[in-house]
Amino acid sequence: MIPLVDLAKAIRSKNAGPDKITFDVIMKDRAAYDLVCASGVLSRDAVRALYGVPDSRISDHVAFDPAMAIKFTLFRTQPSGSLGDADIFGSQQYGPLLGIMVPG
Amino acid sequence: MDTLANRGLRILCPNGHLGFAPTKEGSFALGLTELPDMIACDSGSSDCGPVPLGSDGSASPLAWQTHDIELMLLGARRQGVPMIIGSAGDTGTNSRVDRFVTILRELAAKHSLPKFKVGYFYSEVPAALVADRMQQDRIAGLDGRADLTEAELAATERIVAVAGVHPFMKLLEMGADVIIGGRSSDCAIFAAPALHRGYPPGLAYYYGKVMECASFCAEPYAGKESVLGEITMDDVRVTAMLPEQRCTIASVAGHAMYERSNPYYEHFLGGHIDMRDCVYEQLTDRTTRITGPRYVPAEDLRVKLEGAGKVGERYVGMVGVRDPYTISRIDEVIAWARQAAIDRFGPEGQPGGWQLSYTIYGRDGVMGALEPNRDRPAHELCVVVQGVAPTAEMAEEITITGSRQMFYARLPDVKGTAGGVAFLLDEVMRASPAYRWTLNHTMRVTDPMELFPTHMIEVGT
Repeated sequence: MIPLVDLAKAIRSKNAGPDKITFDVIMKDRAAYDLVCASGVLSRDAVRALYGVPDSRISDHVAFDPAMAIKFTLFRTQPSGSLGDADIFGSQQYGPLLGIMVPG
Repeated sequence: MDTLANRGLRILCPNGHLGFAPTKEGSFALGLTELPDMIACDSGSSDCGPVPLGSDGSASPLAWQTHDIELMLLGARRQGVPMIIGSAGDTGTNSRVDRFVTILRELAAKHSLPKFKVGYFYSEVPAALVADRMQQDRIAGLDGRADLTEAELAATERIVAVAGVHPFMKLLEMGADVIIGGRSSDCAIFAAPALHRGYPPGLAYYYGKVMECASFCAEPYAGKESVLGEITMDDVRVTAMLPEQRCTIASVAGHAMYERSNPYYEHFLGGHIDMRDCVYEQLTDRTTRITGPRYVPAEDLRVKLEGAGKVGERYVGMVGVRDPYTISRIDEVIAWARQAAIDRFGPEGQPGGWQLSYTIYGRDGVMGALEPNRDRPAHELCVVVQGVAPTAEMAEEITITGSRQMFYARLPDVKGTAGGVAFLLDEVMRASPAYRWTLNHTMRVTDPMELFPTHMIEVGT
């Protein structure tokens, strides 16, 4: 098993407008990208399970070849900056991705 | 319209969000030595949350806005090239546009700059106009939102429309040396001068898309550094100006994803670009070349509207917890304090009423329900209490109740019978009023200029 953090050069989250948070996992090279894609650790289902959300919360899930990245986007349950939202920029929602182990 | 088929239009972008953190001067100075044809950047974002738009303020300090504008203005006037800023002062409201025009006047006087023409446009939309349009046509919700209702519109304090390239192009045609834009699509700031010079729309809008965050399209990661872009009839090229940064295929392609839910499409008033067939090539060590973006005109002109409404006045309290037993039953402690507020002020969450919100750092403060580890809290917690109510006095009392009553919570087996929580301060703090995003919608328009009145003045001596 290889830690995802050793295969990725960026693992980040950020608002995509006030109603969504988008996650980017950008791999270091093509081999790492192919390995992660094939492993399924960042598949739509895997992401859904990791964050404990129904599939309807995922607005987009894309494997983006030119950037060697997997990108997915979650609908927020309330807009950014509403009372009770503690991450106005959506920039600290990627933590659970850092613990992912990739078979290989 | 000049068509410059044989040479490119070079634009220097110093900052991805002017004023939010100061522009780094070194790479900007290096960028100026490349003799750009124009200096342009964006100054807005909905990222700062609904408070600046709702309260008509800025998330950026005046001193930093002035610093960044001064750098750009002196560079542009010295080299005799136009300068463009979009989405003035974070939100692009009328007061933010006026503030930037005032800063320009003051800087022109401070540096005794010779006369130059300042064009500006507004983006605020009166609620009455939206109400009127709602009678004829739906105001369509974006990102899973329902269509706008009269109640949501009535709860809205302020609305801005997001401009496309049109007001920028009009001001360029009128001969503006400096343009200050109200709320506008980031990509329009760069696409407008490229379209004005006759470059193809697919490349022009892509040019804006890749340039708008300045050094975020380069690696290694470094914010607030300048990048230089060039558009020709055939391609777009981007070059990092900070010597230790490079625009690589991966960094430029990676930036296409940034802050967007989908990396292949970018929407704006008038259409979108399709980036599925983009080809990225490493031209030199620090420059990447892009070809292949396609422009798709919209069948229907729809302008995006952003709106924020006030929820109430707000106070904040902070409460620490160290007792492991209390930590394990923190929800009961909070329920006790909330009940004390209900006993005093009546039911929570009525329209126009009061609300208490608890953020539990050390358990799930940052991620809330998305937190996978919320059943494994840390050995100490910080609970941030926010009380919101129609008046400041009531919000203060709600927040004191919601914080201090945690001290008195009655848990069945608690050993610490001299106080169940720890206070950092024996007071609560006034915060900005609470707002919320009420509009993230689109509205049909017949003319892309109809919501964006333009003005031209002369500044300098």
